[in-house]
Amino acid sequence: MGQNGKLKLGLYWAASCGGCEIAVVELREKLLIVDQVADIVFWPVATDFKYKDVEAYPDGYMDVCFFNGAIRTSENEHLAHLLRKKSKILVAFGSCAYEGCIPGLANLFDRESIFRRVYLESESVDNPNKVVPQTTYQMPEGEIHIPKFYNTVKTLAQVTDVDYFLPGCPPQDPQIWAVIEAIVAGKLPPKGSVVGANEKTVCDECKHVREEKKIKKFYRYHEIIPDSTKCLFDQGIICAGPATRGGCGALCTKVDIPCRGCYGPPPNVCDQGASLLAAVASVVDADTEEDARRIVSEILDPVGTFYRFSLPASLLHRARLS
Amino acid sequence: MSGNGRFEPRIVAFLCNWCTYTAADTAGVSRMKQPPNVDIIRVMCTGRIDPVFVLKAFAEGADGVIVSGCHPPGDCHYNNGNYKTFRRMPLVEALLQQYGIEEGRFHWGWISGAEAPKWAELTREFTEQVRKLGPLNWKQQFASKED
Repeated sequence: MGQNGKLKLGLYWAASCGGCEIAVVELREKLLIVDQVADIVFWPVATDFKYKDVEAYPDGYMDVCFFNGAIRTSENEHLAHLLRKKSKILVAFGSCAYEGCIPGLANLFDRESIFRRVYLESESVDNPNKVVPQTTYQMPEGEIHIPKFYNTVKTLAQVTDVDYFLPGCPPQDPQIWAVIEAIVAGKLPPKGSVVGANEKTVCDECKHVREEKKIKKFYRYHEIIPDSTKCLFDQGIICAGPATRGGCGALCTKVDIPCRGCYGPPPNVCDQGASLLAAVASVVDADTEEDARRIVSEILDPVGTFYRFSLPASLLHRARLS
Repeated sequence: MSGNGRFEPRIVAFLCNWCTYTAADTAGVSRMKQPPNVDIIRVMCTGRIDPVFVLKAFAEGADGVIVSGCHPPGDCHYNNGNYKTFRRMPLVEALLQQYGIEEGRFHWGWISGAEAPKWAELTREFTEQVRKLGPLNWKQQFASKED
């Protein structure tokens, strides 16, 4: 805490889309209250602090650092270690930092295949010299460096020690506010806790009525107009609700969009995808192996469906490297 | 690796108490020839086998995984535990394929208590099949530092 009695707050984005920053801005007028209780000492998206400013801070200078984004490059990893050293409390803010999220789906590929697709094959790319990113390049003025792009996306906790996890893609602003209030009041749960979320699943907050129906066909979302009173799962739409921690207020299912799982696994579930897979299999209406195979073969991308937000944090972490 | 430099696969088998475990027990009591590579984990029913069990076995170092229980439709001691298995396992297969784990490393099926020779044969064939595929080494691949 500074001499003025205010918290020193840092925010950083690693491999993320920027949605978590928007979620902070979504606090709207409450941001003014944040300003009254905290001094922002690092926030690349909104302020002009440089990395060298952070390096110059004494260790543990920041009271709290909200770190969003996964660890995709050597720069992300360097900042993860640096911010850990400079912060008393490091919070994995949002799904990317917590479990890898959408950037983590790249763990189905490796660096080489990603570069080939993005810089050489993509229909919208014009790259006649076939230039792909190099970590060093010789310029007339001297050698320049860019960060290394890793083969594997990791979560924040897989590279450094994390105090709290705030799930969501992005975290919902009332939940962010509740966490800020808890920090200011000094009422934080034990280290390692998931904060800003509930202990039950999304189904617990969902208004749709579950009838435990068995289904013969899975639909992709654009193939069906769902009944907005009945459970989406019962209608053959894969909804991650049963395998996802609540806390969002079931925002997606409120408007008949199936839950995609961004709040991560519920307490005591170690692998969200396996949990969702078991839930999906439990509604399959098949009395023979052939029927079961036919019905589940309609799920085109099992890893992308079951681990949409949690592949790097899952038991297997990534597809096999060749 | 064994003393003679040959790769010895580590295989984890989840067997239901009432059918395949009984077969494995009989195979052992009858002195049927089986490789020592298969570590059996007895569960009460294959319906109890959470997909996590299979994934965790691979993640923690298994080179192959077997799931085996009572023949459908009617052999299950609990009526429909094996139905749960055959609804689940095709999805597990699809997952493993996307993860790049070869088909030959995962076997699921049915062996009744009266089919001890079938169990012994499965252990022999599956062990050789996984031996040919080589070590999986899942842990090392994630732990290795980026070059």
